[in-house]
Amino acid sequence: MTALLEVNGLKKHFPIHGGFLGQETAKVYAVDGVSFAIARGETLSLVGESGCGKSTVGRAILRLFSITEGEVYLDGERIDNLSAGRLRSMRQRMQVVFQDPFSSLNPRMRVRDILAEPLVNFGLVKGRRDLNEKVADLMDKVHLPRDAVGRFPHEFSGGQRQRIGIARALAPGADLIICDEAVSALDVSVKAQIINLLVELQDTLGLSLLFISHDLATVEHLTHRVAVMYLGKIVELADRRALFAHPHHPYTRALLSAVPVPDPTAKRQRIILKGDVPSPINPPSGCKFHTRCPFVFDRCKVEEPELRPVGGDTAHTAACHLDHVPGEEDAVVPVAA
Amino acid sequence: MSATTQDGVRITEAPALPAILPTPKQRGRIMGFIYRHPTIAVGGALVGIMILIAIFAPLLGTKDPTALAPARRTREPPWINEWWAYWFGWSPRPRNADYWFGTDMLGRDVYSRVLYGSRVSLSVGFAVAFCAAVTGTLVGLIAGFVRKVDAIVMRVMDGLMSIPPILLAIALMALTRASVQNVIIAISIAEFPRVCRLVRGVVLSLREQPYVEAAIASGTRVPKIIWKHILPNTLAPLMVQATFICASAMITEATLSFIGAGTPPTIPSWGNIMAEGRALWQVKPYIVFFPAIFLSITVLSVNLLGDGLRDALDPRLAKRL
Repeated sequence: MTALLEVNGLKKHFPIHGGFLGQETAKVYAVDGVSFAIARGETLSLVGESGCGKSTVGRAILRLFSITEGEVYLDGERIDNLSAGRLRSMRQRMQVVFQDPFSSLNPRMRVRDILAEPLVNFGLVKGRRDLNEKVADLMDKVHLPRDAVGRFPHEFSGGQRQRIGIARALAPGADLIICDEAVSALDVSVKAQIINLLVELQDTLGLSLLFISHDLATVEHLTHRVAVMYLGKIVELADRRALFAHPHHPYTRALLSAVPVPDPTAKRQRIILKGDVPSPINPPSGCKFHTRCPFVFDRCKVEEPELRPVGGDTAHTAACHLDHVPGEEDAVVPVAA
Repeated sequence: MSATTQDGVRITEAPALPAILPTPKQRGRIMGFIYRHPTIAVGGALVGIMILIAIFAPLLGTKDPTALAPARRTREPPWINEWWAYWFGWSPRPRNADYWFGTDMLGRDVYSRVLYGSRVSLSVGFAVAFCAAVTGTLVGLIAGFVRKVDAIVMRVMDGLMSIPPILLAIALMALTRASVQNVIIAISIAEFPRVCRLVRGVVLSLREQPYVEAAIASGTRVPKIIWKHILPNTLAPLMVQATFICASAMITEATLSFIGAGTPPTIPSWGNIMAEGRALWQVKPYIVFFPAIFLSITVLSVNLLGDGLRDALDPRLAKRL
């Protein structure tokens, strides 16, 4: 499998403006050196707490803003330094589904116009008839009634609106869809429907998904690989099975221990992290997790750990100085089949 | 009626809701609108009447508002004294019977002047609202979209807004010749920073909306994003702001005319009439009274309309302003 999307050392620093004419006064190190790759037809999940920079990674790949440093390759072609014109045609190949189904659709546009926008922009339709057919086809793909195209977004429920958002992302025939917390705002039953829809679309259309989420329990059901982010860095990257069965990084272990298990008799060891996520304006030195890590030692405060293979598995990498994390042998949570 | 689920649990139909909510009264479309938005209805109706008066001023029993007649100067409105005696047949038809609002010190008919004066006030109000809204929207869009321009433009707007609009308008009028057109330009310059500020704020918040980001990701070009995603969602607060600017422009115009820096004296406007009647205020108060009443009612009705629009279009905005 060749990588569809490859991200190398991605950095995004947001300047903070202040003063009389808005000079730059400080920087937010939102994403500080992130590398990963997604194969065709694969799902990679990016998980982490709020403010760890996972959404910023998604937006940076989409080039909703320019990136500070690093390289992004889509199908072997570098896309992070494209001119505006080339970028526009590149956008056809990657699309986005946002978290909030209420603010991600323009309240003053009908569903037909919302879905027609990408089709018209990329010149994918010839004439009105063709447009109507393609819009109807999109409605079929996301299992919405065809005759609902004349309605406004406020006439739909949250789950239906998210389906419209997915249909819009499918419209230009993208290879990569970035789901930015795409199911986080939905309630559990609707969440399951949307996840099933995404998996179904991935199977039929061969899509690659970058699934950004804070919810490990959701991620477990649809992902192939998981990347755990903390303060703008990936701290652990592994196959779903490996990550859920043998988490290496102390932060991953803490996150996993917080996932609720639907079995009241299950014995688990809860790892409760102390304190708050440090500010990305002044990130801690060395390992960014050292301020909260239960296994911290002197080296962590000085030297920043690199991602390296752990547990004899080359696909499983973690950024931790410890070769052996205490208590690693026993899985924190029972692994889903 | 009852249904049974697969587990054999009987589900009976939900009991009817207790009638704690009063059934909504059936109203026609027009009555329903008046009931839901009384301020829009009242304000809109009054503004409509004023517009009709301005348009049909020549047909409403008016005379030439600028015709001088020193012989019949400063006649009081007939209904203050004489009309009643004539009405009851106690005296012959009074000489001032045709001058319902009296005449001023040059013998001009105050009624005609007030009705024709509404043309100036309304056209200045609407023209300023339109010009300020258009220029303010343009500058606000640029400021909201181009970060580098933003800091400079907004500091200039802060500077303009720190000068009271009336002073700015007087200064601008002092530079030009007195004409309705110049009054409109001067007041527009004084008022448009408000619109600019509003539009910039709305643009900045809309730009962060996921649907705008989704549009960018769908390859929509910036002009189309502005036209299809930003402008339609700016329209509601813009309309509200425009009505308030309309009202304040009418006051500013009257003030300018009152101090002699606005509409030339050859064109009757409410501010002019009041300025000319000011010297006779203690003996002939009606010359000032009628234009003042018309101005107050017009401004009140425009403000009512604006308040109603604000509440109807954006309930959240109502708390902010």
